[in-house]
Amino acid sequence: MSSGSIGGYIEHHLSNNTLELVEGSSFWTVNVDSVVYTLITAVVFLGFFGYVAKNVKSGVPSKSQNFVEMIIKFVNEQVNDLFHYQSKVVAPLALSIFVWVFLMNFMDLIPVDLLPGAGQAIGIKHMRVVPSTDLNITFGMSFGVILLVMYYNFTKKGPIGYAKEYFGHPFEGPNTMMKIVLAGPNMLLNTVETIAKPVSLGLRLFGNLYAGELIFMLIAVFTLGYGLEHLLSFGGIVMIIAQFLLGLMWALFHILIITLQAFIFMMLSVVYLAQSHDTGH
Amino acid sequence: MNIGITLIIQMVVFIVVVLITMKYIWPVILGAMEEREKLIADGLAASDEAEIALKKAQDEADGIVNEAKGVATEVRESANKMANKIKDQAKSDAIAEKERQMASAVAEIEQEANRAKEELRKQVSTLALAGAEKLLNKEVDPKVHADLLNDLVKEI
Repeated sequence: MSSGSIGGYIEHHLSNNTLELVEGSSFWTVNVDSVVYTLITAVVFLGFFGYVAKNVKSGVPSKSQNFVEMIIKFVNEQVNDLFHYQSKVVAPLALSIFVWVFLMNFMDLIPVDLLPGAGQAIGIKHMRVVPSTDLNITFGMSFGVILLVMYYNFTKKGPIGYAKEYFGHPFEGPNTMMKIVLAGPNMLLNTVETIAKPVSLGLRLFGNLYAGELIFMLIAVFTLGYGLEHLLSFGGIVMIIAQFLLGLMWALFHILIITLQAFIFMMLSVVYLAQSHDTGH
Repeated sequence: MNIGITLIIQMVVFIVVVLITMKYIWPVILGAMEEREKLIADGLAASDEAEIALKKAQDEADGIVNEAKGVATEVRESANKMANKIKDQAKSDAIAEKERQMASAVAEIEQEANRAKEELRKQVSTLALAGAEKLLNKEVDPKVHADLLNDLVKEI
């Protein structure tokens, strides 16, 4: 880093590579790097799983098939534990969320300057390699899930059933009078809940990964902007060792976080979908 | 940080990814897994069945072997009996043969003895005649003394 400014370094790393489709409009700005890396991870996921599905054998499985079956079995068990209805959508949705979000998060373990540095070498100024540190991406998925939840709310419960639930819960009045009185608070609570679901789902993933990425950047700052003569001095070597150890520790810990966040995103999606199927209120 | 068109793009990509997984990945792999489960269950059931069949076959074989053993014992017993019978028969045959031969031998010996006696008698008579001749210094006419000689022969 020639600038040597820590603030500049981090700000540079947190800037997306943007493309304005409409001049000056923030809404019509595409985060090209986020889109490209989500597509790459999607292709990796679909390519690997599709390859295995194409060569699938019901006899003795190959190693790659064994690996894929292990993941599918794990996801299937989790879905069956939480979701007790017949659905052709929920389990595949859970699988794609789990693996795809994991792959997006995994980009965080690639050294923080590697891909952006390579990008700069071929003239790309800004690049953020972890799609799940972009709110657009996490909200894109959580809104997708919530759209499906709303669709099921209407189709499984019916508009009247859904309205009854919306105005009649969580406070249940003992008679018609009380029911009318309680409809207002119920509606308020349910509205908050309906909005909170996708927002918390998207924000949780974003927050965890954004913080993780930021810590990788802060660790990278240890040796940032120093010349070779400083790095070879005693203080410089201490800094190099400190950066190495902290980076190693955080990366090891981060393996847990990225898996856990992918898992949580999947589980919550399944839980929300199960609630939307639940007509027993 | 800008929320915008990227979110919509991601939503569309998300839906496409889920649809592809739903259509081409999940059912295929899960189907294969279920098929294998069924295959293994069938295999285990077949092995149970085979075990039962094996036990049945073993029992049957044991029955046949036991039956054969019984038959073999019977055969051996009757063979022993037959052998003893044959042995006894042979023994009695041999004894009869021995007795027959002994009898014929005795008869032969008797005959031989008789013949020898006869010979002896003749020789004695000749000897007696020769002795008498010597005693009498005279020739004895066998014809003349035939009666005498015959009496002598009888006495011997």
